[in-house]
Amino acid sequence: MAKSTIKIRAREKDGVVTVKCLISHPMETGSRKDKKTGKLIPAHYITEVTAESNGEKKLTAYWGGGISKNPYLSFKYDGKKGDKVKLSWVDNQGQSDSLETTVK
Amino acid sequence: MNEHRRLFLKGTLAIGALSVAAGAGLLTPGDVLAAWPEAAFKAKTVDDALKGLMGGAAFESSDAINVKAPDIAENGAVVPITVSSSLKDVTNIAILASANPSPLTSAYELGKGTHAYISTRIKMGKTGDVIAIVKSGGKVYGAKKQVKVTIGGCGG
Repeated sequence: MAKSTIKIRAREKDGVVTVKCLISHPMETGSRKDKKTGKLIPAHYITEVTAESNGEKKLTAYWGGGISKNPYLSFKYDGKKGDKVKLSWVDNQGQSDSLETTVK
Repeated sequence: MNEHRRLFLKGTLAIGALSVAAGAGLLTPGDVLAAWPEAAFKAKTVDDALKGLMGGAAFESSDAINVKAPDIAENGAVVPITVSSSLKDVTNIAILASANPSPLTSAYELGKGTHAYISTRIKMGKTGDVIAIVKSGGKVYGAKKQVKVTIGGCGG
């Protein structure tokens, strides 16, 4: 199995789950030039990230090129230990990935 | 004669751009990308981005929104931003960087039980305001924080 582009850490404390995730992605805006050739580097960025817990949608993030390379995202929701958290992303070139983890 | 030629070129270019956009849409799972607010992300000004996102550019300044960002960002390519709010029934959060070529960096839809808390890292082309927009109970609130950028992060 290919290595996932996503890293998630989900921790529960006092009934609140904090999810932190990192995605490896170039996040090219499409307005940057290649220094060697002087040509524009084509845009390549994540447009949508969705997070589900036990099948229920918790967060939908719409991103543009203004998000940093190898994006970081953190959010909180009311939940408990043992919850399943699934994160998926789609980019403007049609690539995608997803990963599921269990809340600790 | 020349002018006609110019018009014709413009027309074909516009059609070309449209079909490329449609092609990109077909390649990705349609229902997912359909919701991506393209006009808001392509907008060049904060007002236009807000119009594209919510239909109106007006928002009420609120102390209940907390924008955590560095006062000075040494590297504009990675600026950590945390937006949190004590407002109730928050359904949407958006983060904009006013000085960027396309101000809207990201927009979030919060599900049931999700706290009004988002932390991420954005790019900033130059010194400007980070604007956090929070939609709570159908009303739109906003807060700003200025961030000084010493090295831009938008390939300038």
